Amino acid sequence: MASVKIRLTFPEDKIKEPIIYNIGHEFKVVTNIRRADVREKKGWVDLEVTGESSEIEKAVESLKTKGVKVDPIEKNVIE
Amino acid sequence: MSKIKGLICRECGKEYPAEPLHVCEFCFGPLEVNYNYDWIKGQISREKIEKGPKSLWRYIDLLPVVGEATVGLYAGLTPLIRAHNLGKELGLDELYIKNDTVNHPTLSFKDRVVSVALTRAKELGFDTVACASTGNLANSVAAHAAEARLKCFVFIPGDLEAGKILGSLIYQPTVVAVNGNYDDVNRLCSEIAAEYKWAFVNINIRPYYAEGSKTLAYETAEQLGWMAPDHVVVPAASGSLLTKIWKGFNELEKLGLIDKVRTKVSGAQAEGCSPIATAFKNKTDHVKPVKPNTIAKSIAIGNPADGYYALKAVKESGGAFDTVTDPEVVEGMKLLAKTEGIFAETAGGVTVSVLKKLVEQGIIKKKDRTVAYITGNGLKTQEAVINAVGSPVRIEPKLSAFEKILKK
Ligand SMILES: Cc1ncc(COP(=O)(O)O)c(C=O)c1O
Ligand SMILES: [Zn+2]
Repeated sequence: MASVKIRLTFPEDKIKEPIIYNIGHEFKVVTNIRRADVREKKGWVDLEVTGESSEIEKAVESLKTKGVKVDPIEKNVIE
Repeated sequence: MSKIKGLICRECGKEYPAEPLHVCEFCFGPLEVNYNYDWIKGQISREKIEKGPKSLWRYIDLLPVVGEATVGLYAGLTPLIRAHNLGKELGLDELYIKNDTVNHPTLSFKDRVVSVALTRAKELGFDTVACASTGNLANSVAAHAAEARLKCFVFIPGDLEAGKILGSLIYQPTVVAVNGNYDDVNRLCSEIAAEYKWAFVNINIRPYYAEGSKTLAYETAEQLGWMAPDHVVVPAASGSLLTKIWKGFNELEKLGLIDKVRTKVSGAQAEGCSPIATAFKNKTDHVKPVKPNTIAKSIAIGNPADGYYALKAVKESGGAFDTVTDPEVVEGMKLLAKTEGIFAETAGGVTVSVLKKLVEQGIIKKKDRTVAYITGNGLKTQEAVINAVGSPVRIEPKLSAFEKILKK
């Protein structure tokens, strides 16, 4: 089992979709929201995703295809 | 009793021991060093600092190391230059340049943060240090690791120009060029940091590393005769430098080393990568990630780790955030060179041009004692100005030929 900490940033048109709920159903991963700020037009969620590495990778890919920006919890680490 | 209590979450306040940790286990917020200020107050004085080493280590009482300094003993204490010429040009009575283009040994402010990070990494027992960087940070980590005899890994995006890599390679670290886009490299480095027991200066050592930037505020105050300036202009990438300069002035006030801080802190970004400035203009605290596109590559961070905190510092202090275009960046570099004889890199061009704008808008007043932070050396980003500086006048080796061009 692996676990990753990620920051999701949602584009305006995805705020209303149950995206986090969906990846928990489409892939064998458990999602756990730790901190979030979601408003009408923008939002971010700090999330822990636990599961097999390959499932986590697929879940992350799927988030990206849906237009969600996925970053490590540290955000940009290249300084 | 000692000066550090441990680490503390900047969001929920949960406390942690002073270990290589950087994310709160509960809320995933960033961790920061938690000092014992009451104890420090009993230790520190202006006189003690003035008698200290001629480096940033004269402020060791306010830096997150438990023993003595062991790495980067000559970093910091760079000149604070009274910029009469540039001040006149911009219409400021009292302008200063804090000149970190001559920081030792790799000519940028990163020598401050890295000295502190590697001294702490050695205390924590690490034998390997690492960083993810496209330039200044990599140069500094590689140089200091060489000095400290630590193993060193530098991670860079695969498409980085050869010239940028040379400044790290010379110190013989392992330089790893990662195939993939910027986001891939970012994520991979976070994963590597989680997997290997290395001191990743800007990831798991970040709470200690970032504190090194406070010394820019300490030095400024001391060099002004123990007072904080009225206005400072700071370039912002991750936003850490700006946040820590604000923290540094406030700590000096808290410890009774200077009077009440009335400093306004303003942030400078390039228009092609201005997520924090955009949030400021839109009056929101939501810093929206962007894809960088600017010649000011050293400050091109699209999803800034400390963007939220930098924004908060600017608002709290009553400063502003502004941006300049790439041509203005080049103009700023040329203006600083022409008026003060200082060749800064692109980040310095951003700072000078934003300074100019803030004066023009009346946000910085003529009488404000102002400090501009110039954080990196122009020799590192020569390609940015190569087509903007003209070329030599060419002549035959004859006196008459020389006199001909003199008359022109
Ligand atoms: C020359 C220079 N100035 C300023 C900065 C900005 O620092 P920060 O990321 O702390 O905002 C950087 C690096 O990121 C830099 O290389
Ligand atoms: Zn927390």
